[in-house]
Amino acid sequence: MLTRAERRRGTGWGLLSLIGIALFVGMAVAALLSWDAGSTQNRLFTAYTWRILRFTLWQAALSTLLSVVFALPVALALARRPSFPGRIWIIRLMALPMGLPVLIGALGLIGIWGRQGVMNSLLLKLGLEQPVSIYGLSGILIAHVFFNLPLAARLLLAALERLPAEYWQLSSSLGMKPFSVFRFIEWPAARRVIPGITGLIFMLCATSFTLVLMLGGGPAATTLEVAIYQSLRFDFDPPRAIALSLLQIGITALILIAISPLPAPDDAVVTAGRATRRFDGRNLPARLWDALVILLATTFLILPLASIVGAGVQANLWGLVNSAAFLRAAWTSFTIAFSAGLLAVLTSLAMIAGREAIADMKRPGGTARAFSVSLGGMSSLVLLVPPVVLGTGWFLMLRPFGDVARYAPALVAIINMLMALPFVMRVLSPAVELHRKRTGRLAASLGLSGFSRLRKIDLPVLAKPLLTALSFAMALSLGDLGAVALFGSSELTTLPWLVYSRLSSYRTNDADGLAFILGIICLGLTMIGTAGQREEKHG
Amino acid sequence: MRRTILSIVAAAAVFSLSAPAKAQEKTLTVYTYESFISDWGPGPKVKEAFEKSCTCKLNFVGVADGVALLTRLKLEGKGTGADIALGLDTNLISEAKATGLFEPHGLDASAAKVPGNYSDDTFIPYDYGHFAVVYDTQAMTNPPKSLKELVEGDPAQKIVIEDPRTSTPGLGLLLWVKSVYGDKAPEAWAKLRRRVLTVTPGWSEAYGLFTKGEVPMVFSYTTSPAYHMVEEKTDRYQAASFSEGHYIQIEVAGLLKGAKDKDLAKQFLKFMVSPAFQDVIPTTNWMMPAAKTSEPLPDAFGKLVQPAETFLMGSDEVAKNRQAWIDEWLTAMSMN
Repeated sequence: MLTRAERRRGTGWGLLSLIGIALFVGMAVAALLSWDAGSTQNRLFTAYTWRILRFTLWQAALSTLLSVVFALPVALALARRPSFPGRIWIIRLMALPMGLPVLIGALGLIGIWGRQGVMNSLLLKLGLEQPVSIYGLSGILIAHVFFNLPLAARLLLAALERLPAEYWQLSSSLGMKPFSVFRFIEWPAARRVIPGITGLIFMLCATSFTLVLMLGGGPAATTLEVAIYQSLRFDFDPPRAIALSLLQIGITALILIAISPLPAPDDAVVTAGRATRRFDGRNLPARLWDALVILLATTFLILPLASIVGAGVQANLWGLVNSAAFLRAAWTSFTIAFSAGLLAVLTSLAMIAGREAIADMKRPGGTARAFSVSLGGMSSLVLLVPPVVLGTGWFLMLRPFGDVARYAPALVAIINMLMALPFVMRVLSPAVELHRKRTGRLAASLGLSGFSRLRKIDLPVLAKPLLTALSFAMALSLGDLGAVALFGSSELTTLPWLVYSRLSSYRTNDADGLAFILGIICLGLTMIGTAGQREEKHG
Repeated sequence: MRRTILSIVAAAAVFSLSAPAKAQEKTLTVYTYESFISDWGPGPKVKEAFEKSCTCKLNFVGVADGVALLTRLKLEGKGTGADIALGLDTNLISEAKATGLFEPHGLDASAAKVPGNYSDDTFIPYDYGHFAVVYDTQAMTNPPKSLKELVEGDPAQKIVIEDPRTSTPGLGLLLWVKSVYGDKAPEAWAKLRRRVLTVTPGWSEAYGLFTKGEVPMVFSYTTSPAYHMVEEKTDRYQAASFSEGHYIQIEVAGLLKGAKDKDLAKQFLKFMVSPAFQDVIPTTNWMMPAAKTSEPLPDAFGKLVQPAETFLMGSDEVAKNRQAWIDEWLTAMSMN
């Protein structure tokens, strides 16, 4: 229900973002390929490549399956219990793992699940002699579930919370049993978002690097990302790095297409949009079950975080916060994270506008449909382009134009923006679509468009998802080390970089303290992201 | 409003680009690795000491590590902004020379003496360290006394090592095992594998696991205990002395062909092997100085393991065989 001008504008914005991203990635690749490195010295598709490809996909598939399967009951329980004690903090906590540098998260996990961790001490007390080792596939899976279950649970919860209040009233007056509620209300809502969530988590796990090496127990656990990093950083063999990246993107794209063959049926309906009240699950067993699920998930999440806090508070926190190095790094991190977050939100909005314009066409032609598909695909697959490829490519591009250090902050922000894009799209796109369905006709009939529509109709409703998306993206960017490490110059020091730099000069205590502070900052961000939820609860 | 802001930004950008470089004293740009120039690294003190003697400005640019340093130079090619590259290790020298970016220093570098008597016409050593297995005395009372004992010891006592595909200490261990075991290296790795808790991408991850108490042994340097003794006043962490000898890592610096002021660059290289620079190294970079210091080293350094024998493979040999040896390692380590 768009006017012709709106449709044209939407297509324009979509096209612009698509071209922008394609150019950014394409130019980096072109620059790398045109770099005269001689032909690649290593044969590409050796038995080794196939072995790590198989392992990459296998561990990613298992990790994704476990994350999503465990996230579903957690999201269902949280959705059913809007007044569960500490609920908002549990949800905020769920955004934390994403904002932590991977190494810190891994050390936290080892504090719990490691040989000397809490779990093994418990087992020892129970009479087990040998410590149970998590190193190997089990370690990788625990870590990936730790990082991704919260993400899946949050996205699922958001989908469940978008269900109109009328559904619950109706289901209660029809006297629907819990299983029927699940089958006819909750599952259809979850099913719409699950392919997207699965794809996202699969990509994150497929490109995992530090976790896989650290917890994998040996080089049998190696992902393609490790090989790409090695061929670019250690061997400096750009053609090989590009070929491996293409392999990674190609295979994963095929898998993603396979798991989401059809666009999910869209049956969002226009409703009064009144506050949600749940009438189901009021008996004792249901309450106990939900409490158990929420407690288990929270414990699983909170223990490694607690071990990070435990290590962090032993550091001289006050001294750290006051040091010039910290303040500089914090400012750099904040600037980059904010720019990356804002860019990611704006780009997502542009892409959503583009898809909306196509969806609104009466009979979209082949080109239009291909455009819409590539908008969707591009926003996801960009996660598979290794940052090391982007960074090195752009370094080569910008080199002739003077000191690259000058452009580095902007480049890091853009690379972080690309990384955050898939997340932001998954937060914003369902929210915007639903909002348009609810208000599109009304706005058109009132003749509201452009800025006044944005101010009077869009912002009040979309402020919450926009903030959530922004805080998501910022947390991601704050915890990212990959992009910065490439340019790593003394002028560009971010907080994770500082953590690593302290670790690499034996200052483990300082690193623990900084990681703790970084965690606090991320928690602060998620508080912004979940702002407004409290009022709604009482509304 | 938006247009105004844009034009201000544009103006600022143009201004900052076109602002002429301030006419001032000479500057020397040294590319190095990040931990060299961090607050506790040697960088700040070296800068202060050198600037006193040269009436110039010393500029450090830090990248992640020695490997990244070489990659950076390759990427920048002839147009590199570096006058000096400081922080390559001997394994990288062959590749570094192959870039054609370095030129012989033409200096008398005899002040720099490192075990194994390494010397080179292009690169000058500024510090060195022997690789070693560092162990936690609270978790382990009978550390291995040789590489053989490490390889054949109790699999329940674990070690964490670094990956030779992504880190220089990892490559160091690979070369050490190769030096001692030769063609039998794959068999040695197949045995050692049972003791390896995990293989980390870099030194920091491995050492982090070790200091968190997760594992009683880590692959690091003979100098690591010095940090704990000097800064933390504890001798809990010790290096194990291996009877076969230890593999050495020598860190070197070289002069780039494109250096703007060669005399100034050479002045820095000379300064590098003088006591003023060498005094800073032990307690900031936690490596052994490559030349005389003005005062004896802190006591802690006297307590460190002094290897009876030093292993070092030629850089060309390493460059030629690295990939084959890594493949060999991968096969041996991935067997079930």
